[in-house]
Amino acid sequence: MDTVYILITGFLSVVLINNLVLTKFLGICPYLGVSGRIDMAFGMGLAVTFVMTLSGTLTWLIDHMILMPLGLEVTRYVCFILVIASAVQLVEMYLRKFFPPLYESFGIFLPLITTNCAILGLCLFLNLWGTESLLEAVVLSVGGGIGFTMAICIMAGIRENLMMVDVPEPLQGAPITLITAGILSLAFMGFAGII
Amino acid sequence: MTTNPDGQASNYTKTLLAGLWRENPVFRLLLGMCPTLAVTAAVKPALTMGCCVIFVLVCSNIMVSLMRNLLKPHLRILMFTLTISTFVTIADLLLKAFQPAMSEALGPYVPLIIVNCVIICRAEACASKNPMLTSIIDAFGMGIGFTLTLCVLAGVREVIGTGKFFDIRVMPDAFVPWAALTMPVGAFLTLGFLLAAANIISKKHS
Repeated sequence: MDTVYILITGFLSVVLINNLVLTKFLGICPYLGVSGRIDMAFGMGLAVTFVMTLSGTLTWLIDHMILMPLGLEVTRYVCFILVIASAVQLVEMYLRKFFPPLYESFGIFLPLITTNCAILGLCLFLNLWGTESLLEAVVLSVGGGIGFTMAICIMAGIRENLMMVDVPEPLQGAPITLITAGILSLAFMGFAGII
Repeated sequence: MTTNPDGQASNYTKTLLAGLWRENPVFRLLLGMCPTLAVTAAVKPALTMGCCVIFVLVCSNIMVSLMRNLLKPHLRILMFTLTISTFVTIADLLLKAFQPAMSEALGPYVPLIIVNCVIICRAEACASKNPMLTSIIDAFGMGIGFTLTLCVLAGVREVIGTGKFFDIRVMPDAFVPWAALTMPVGAFLTLGFLLAAANIISKKHS
């Protein structure tokens, strides 16, 4: 029962309270770049969730099975980035083969998932939070991805409505998006007490 | 390309100054937003982060510039990230050894320099096409521009959020700090308004 409890609280914590985008500032580039339309935002969120689950699990395994027993923690960052780059390559090939329209619409942002801070950030946080079991690592990785998808979809919804609004000229584009993100992050602070 | 030394020198100055305002990575190109938002609650971590970024940027630009003729197009990005992650590991170890408290405070944001778009952007846009000297100067210009932006943002947040600057109290006692500015909310809002200010200034200039 204890493990189930830990898993559920861990999942909720990474989705709502420690949301990677709104409290840890990870993955801001796609968050500002791809959040113009809700369907693209959702597709991006799914791709990131997939890569995050894959790379979070793999890096945890590599870290605990290979690097720690051999005392090679120094090479951690190099290994992590290699795993992430290969996972992104895999997703890219899969999308190009089976979902060409989605692949076209992502354009440059798909290879840029490699340099999405949210993914490397999650791999590092898994290590920092002292994740002890593989199951926990998987649950936290999925949670991180879902948290990202949720944040980017909320943002896309708001931005679709912002199109109709008369925004002061200097604030148009990135500034108003950042201010909206600030208000969203304020809202998410309300979750802080629930666990 | 002009061969007279004067033209050469003014070219270098232009490259150096481009990073400060015209191509400022944060205000004009919107690159490297994660560290910009995450470490700017106070000036000290922001300055440390800026120095780390300058170190990594200069080293990786030198390396990429040296191997620019050997790069294969499809393996380019991978080589960039591997080079950068090596230098970030060095920076991380140096920081742990000489500034343990700062390293603790910055936490995972030091390794996250690997995925800082500014560095990959400069490797791709400048170092992989230019000789070493130009790349080094470009790296310094961009790095200093990035650091200055970080410090401006951190300065605003620290002074209004805690009433202090560099841990020294600067506001009168009657000033009630806006604690919200040191939280994530403050980062987004301050950067949003600073960007708007930068938009107004650049519009006036042109």
